Amino acid sequence: MKSTFLDSQQTPSFKKKRIFVFEAILNIVIAGLIMGGIYALIAVGLSLQYGVGRVLNISHGEFIMLGAFATWSLYTLLGVSPLLSLIICGPFLFLLGFLIHRTLFQYLRDKSESMGAFADSSLLASFGLLFIIQNIALLIWKADLRGYSYLNTPVSIFGAIFTANRIVALLFAVTISLAFYLFLTHTRMGKAIRASAEDPMTAQVMGVNIHRMLAICFGLGALMAGFAGPLISMMYEIQPTMGIEYTIIAIIVVVLGGLGSITGSLIGGFSLGLVGSIVTYFNPGLSLIAYYVIFILLLLIRPTGILGK
Amino acid sequence: MEGFNVITKRPFTVGAVLLILILLAIMPFYAKPYPVISLTNILMYIILTVSWVIFSGPTHYISLASAAFFGVGIYTSALLGKILPLPLIVVAGGFASFILALFIGLLTLRLRGMYFIIFTFSISELIRHFLLWWETNVEGTVGRWVVMVSHNTVYYIILIIFVMTMLIAYLMRQSRFGLALRCIGEQEEAAIHIGINATIVKSLTFAISATFMGASGAIMATRWTYIDPRIAFDPHLSFMPVLMAIFGGTVHFYGPLFGAAIFAYLEEILTTKFPYYYMLFFGAILIVVILFLPHGLFGLIQKRWKGGSE
Amino acid sequence: MPILEGKKVTKYFGGLAALYQVDFEINTGEVVGLIGPNGAGKTTLFNLISGFLPITAGEIRYKGQKINGLNPHQICWKGVARTFQSTKLFAGMTVFENVVSASLFGSKRTVSLPEAERETMELLEFVDLLSVRTMLAKDLPIAHQKRLEVARALATKPDLLMFDEVMAGLNPVEVVEAMGLVAKIRDRGITIFMIEHVMKAIMEVCNRIIVLHHGSKIAEGRPEEVANSPKVIEVYLGE
Repeated sequence: MKSTFLDSQQTPSFKKKRIFVFEAILNIVIAGLIMGGIYALIAVGLSLQYGVGRVLNISHGEFIMLGAFATWSLYTLLGVSPLLSLIICGPFLFLLGFLIHRTLFQYLRDKSESMGAFADSSLLASFGLLFIIQNIALLIWKADLRGYSYLNTPVSIFGAIFTANRIVALLFAVTISLAFYLFLTHTRMGKAIRASAEDPMTAQVMGVNIHRMLAICFGLGALMAGFAGPLISMMYEIQPTMGIEYTIIAIIVVVLGGLGSITGSLIGGFSLGLVGSIVTYFNPGLSLIAYYVIFILLLLIRPTGILGK
Repeated sequence: MEGFNVITKRPFTVGAVLLILILLAIMPFYAKPYPVISLTNILMYIILTVSWVIFSGPTHYISLASAAFFGVGIYTSALLGKILPLPLIVVAGGFASFILALFIGLLTLRLRGMYFIIFTFSISELIRHFLLWWETNVEGTVGRWVVMVSHNTVYYIILIIFVMTMLIAYLMRQSRFGLALRCIGEQEEAAIHIGINATIVKSLTFAISATFMGASGAIMATRWTYIDPRIAFDPHLSFMPVLMAIFGGTVHFYGPLFGAAIFAYLEEILTTKFPYYYMLFFGAILIVVILFLPHGLFGLIQKRWKGGSE
Repeated sequence: MPILEGKKVTKYFGGLAALYQVDFEINTGEVVGLIGPNGAGKTTLFNLISGFLPITAGEIRYKGQKINGLNPHQICWKGVARTFQSTKLFAGMTVFENVVSASLFGSKRTVSLPEAERETMELLEFVDLLSVRTMLAKDLPIAHQKRLEVARALATKPDLLMFDEVMAGLNPVEVVEAMGLVAKIRDRGITIFMIEHVMKAIMEVCNRIIVLHHGSKIAEGRPEEVANSPKVIEVYLGE
């Protein structure tokens, strides 16, 4: 990221430095928001599955990966725009998540002796899902990196240059997040979801069909993955083993924002994206390490998260 | 101590165990190299699984830090390989892991359930990524070479570590330390109110379980000769002991041993014959076990024998 | 010297004061009741005494020594034991194992296994659970579970025993039995501090009653005094 600005003899040095700093900050902020948007989506997804259903779905990243690869296949084989794939992958993964919960996790829930036992067994079951889904993906798409070119033209925002696909991804991520936030706060279903997350017993008493709600929330979590996958595939190269890294980031964001708080996940996602962007600016290889360090410190100092109860 | 009564009470079991040990000990003399190498691998997995169960079995704290402890052992070997004789390296590997685990254990006093699982996994991953970054950016070369050692030496050392692990696991289970662990696992809040210093008990047990992982890492490094952070701290090594323990069941003492043995053997067959399908099998087996055999394969047997042997 | 005393005991959870400057004294040999509406801070007070939660301000002394700041296992070793509002038994272990564990770990000195087993048998007989000693704790009916928790607490050889709603969930017959058990424990020389909602039991068994409301002590005295105190009546009827 070394700029040749400072070598130029044309502009006075203090003005050069100011432009340089401004451009750098803009770059960092926008890049941070782009990543943050994705992080927010996947974190909200995981938060829905854990907050309401109490399932720590370690295979969350695999759903994201499926969305990404489905988009790749649709684009390279049928020329379907990734933006259209959003509408295809999202609902499809929602259905998949809903069914998986209805069968696998519901069964475990009924059979478990305690919430603690259910937490463990559902975690392990989601491990099993991780292996199965990843293997299937490896069989279909092989282990190589895949990518495609879509909206690759550079776009300038006040001097900061990004490819159009990233800006589009950012816009979609923000829109979906906002739409979902409004859904949660203003619709009956959304309020039912929040009630179930906070107090399943009372929610049930108030008429919420808890079993269906849990499955729906799990499905919604997969829906978010189904949205994130296509967006990620637009910006980066993908491979079937990409899932776990996203799952970890989602977990970090969820804990950062407070377990069970969906707004926390939204804010946490954008925050972490910004942090990552800042760290990447100074040393690209350190961003994941920075996430882990923040995460570990968080767990030690304030496990309930920055916005948690 | 209670442990020694076993010899007089169950001579048949003790005799069988000794016989098997003798057979294992003389194996390099009558078997071809491949089975010996294969058995070394299986023993390694058994050590990891049984060690894991020492702590995670009674307390129900699922640790995903096994890769960290194993990896520390590997790196100890890589760093001290030319300086110390082999037995000391193995001890050093075990000791280094002991210290790391003690440190982690004391740090994570308050973390339970999901938080503990995620925390232990994060520590392992942090070490892996950090070492990778360090080697790439600071040292310039990724990976190290480890002094090579003969297959049979590796086998014998692993066998010794295996015997020690089983011995310690057994003694702990029978001792009052093991009872305190079970109390903590059943109901930690009550346990601390009846006089159990849960912090010390948990941290020490965690550290003990890590020691054998570290020791086995130290010796296995000499088998692989080339190691780097990706190999040494492979998360696979954190997940596998968990799967194997679940598969074998943690209620019965021999559950983890047989679970690991069968699973490790399965893994070898699957990765050689069906390399593209083994993850699928593992995932399916895991889900089937979780759904229909919640106490593992050997939990079934234990359930039928519930005559209050403890 | 009182066996247990608290001076200006205060506990904040975030901005909320669960307990505010509560003073209290328990004398050796007494049976003191702790009552108050739900949310008054009763269990919180027990959690502070047992060391499970850190105190925000104030002091708690046991036999003259400051105990706030110590770990629960240390306070147990000093001779303070408790039961829990919702039973916290070692569910997967047998009745015998539950008690013998407490016997083995409940003292600072090392207790030998034969000694612990002997004590356990004696205690199980004391609470009348000897016949079910090989049953798993989770398979016991509620009344037996409560008694098991009492036996387990007794196994740590306490001089002060704190009961947290030990009669909750019991039918009238079982309540009378429980009251008898409390009296037997008192006769053994153990001081008792008990949270209870079952008024009949409190009135008959306690020497003194402390009343908490919204984290503050609002009344204290003999059962009859407290029962007739207008403040207490208002607090309970106003619920």
